[in-house]
Amino acid sequence: MIIISILLLGVLGILMATILTIAHKKLAVSVDEKVSLLTKVLPNANCGACGYAGCENYAEAIVKGEAEPNRCTVGGKEVAEKIGEILGIKVEAKEKMVAVLTCQGGIEECKERFFYDGHLDCKEANIIHQGMKACPFGCLGLGTCVNVCPFDAIKIDKKKRLPVIDENKCTGCGICVKECPKGVLKLIPKTKLVYLACISPDKGKEVREICKVGCFACGICVKVCPYDALKMEKNLPVMDFEKCTDCGICYQKCPTKSYVDKVKKRPYALIDTTCNGCGECVKVCQFKAIEGKPGERHKVIIEKCVGCGECFRVCPVKAITMVGALGYTKKEV
Amino acid sequence: MNISPAKVFFASFLVQNILLMRYIGLCPFFGVSTRISTSFGMGLAVIFVMLLATLITYPIYHFFLVPLNLEFLRTASFILVIASLVQFVEMFLKKSYRQLYNALGIYLPLITTNCAILGTTFLVIDYRFHLLNTIIFALGTGLGFMLVIILFAAIREKLDYAPISHSFKGYPIAFIAASLVSLAFLGFANLFGASL
Repeated sequence: MIIISILLLGVLGILMATILTIAHKKLAVSVDEKVSLLTKVLPNANCGACGYAGCENYAEAIVKGEAEPNRCTVGGKEVAEKIGEILGIKVEAKEKMVAVLTCQGGIEECKERFFYDGHLDCKEANIIHQGMKACPFGCLGLGTCVNVCPFDAIKIDKKKRLPVIDENKCTGCGICVKECPKGVLKLIPKTKLVYLACISPDKGKEVREICKVGCFACGICVKVCPYDALKMEKNLPVMDFEKCTDCGICYQKCPTKSYVDKVKKRPYALIDTTCNGCGECVKVCQFKAIEGKPGERHKVIIEKCVGCGECFRVCPVKAITMVGALGYTKKEV
Repeated sequence: MNISPAKVFFASFLVQNILLMRYIGLCPFFGVSTRISTSFGMGLAVIFVMLLATLITYPIYHFFLVPLNLEFLRTASFILVIASLVQFVEMFLKKSYRQLYNALGIYLPLITTNCAILGTTFLVIDYRFHLLNTIIFALGTGLGFMLVIILFAAIREKLDYAPISHSFKGYPIAFIAASLVSLAFLGFANLFGASL
């Protein structure tokens, strides 16, 4: 009995092993070597930001020449370079993007018009009179973006009832931007630190009545921007990210604090005793933050200084130091 | 056992549904039922593997194990045969039917040695079905699996949005929901006189 059972199972095992071995050889699918190499390089998050169903499909499309090799926003520069190495071509990486919430109207700032007791889903809430928020353009905060994010990068701040995006986890795939029924999520370059967090094109008075932090198009930021990066369009300042230097003056001057400044602490300039009063720094300062008579030691007005570092760069005697510049380490992402 | 194929079908499909009445195969039932799309793929894979597995194990049991008096070996030999077979089929699909492979791809190895599959192959033996009934039973069980897992995925998709207290979130509420659906399926008892 024991011998028969051992034999039977043994024979079965050997038989199956043989069949599988033969099948492995005969039925081997010849995958293009480049495809498997590319699939290994790609992040394999299968987020679909490139427009293909998954990383493998995208790799196949690259090899066939149907897709550009720099479409992967998740992998960014590194992956694009590696893809270039494999294909033997030069690839210019797309700028890394990050999703931001362009609305600051939490339940404190922007009151609710009625109590919404339905499904906790923005799309469904949006069907009913454009949602319960007083502002028809404001974030509903029910978390559709949280549910669709494949990287777990969005959470709801329960106090404000607004989503908070974890910049370290966000890969800029843009799925939340597509899914948000209000369109308050936006992709901006990861290196940019200042942006306007309001999308209401309503006139000033209307915005003021319903939201404490909404932009009412006063135009102060446009006037105050030394780099000409802001333009008024449809009651909203539009930022030209090419020109913006993240100085943050718009954030400082904005009466409603409609801007968001991601720099936690800005540095400021400090002029020491070696200053010979040449006045170079006064000329270059866009914010009129340096004063002093010619020939004497100049002084920085700390309240006005935004820490752009222009004076630091031009000072011929190196009398200027930037103090408290911790915030700038964030820029090297 | 002599029983009409129609009865076998309804018994396996609804009355004694493998997931809700027998409570076999819970791991894919709870693991894959979070989205309707994935549960649909899983359901297809289960139907496919279940048919294959019962078809291959039926002759092995009746032509090898029974004559040699080795019925006690059925667990080991069935697992061996089913696992190898599914592996083989997966390779075959990858080579010849790429579309089908893409649809079933990741679910095939998942379901291979699942208790639902093994349980079905045992049940057809325990019920002493002839070949036709065996195929009908496997098909009905597979379809029943698919029906229930898709139904349940729909419920779970809605559960995600429901305000559920923290301690019940996730699996606990899923189990409660499953037992309620199971109770609902009790309503099918003795449908068309089908019971095994």
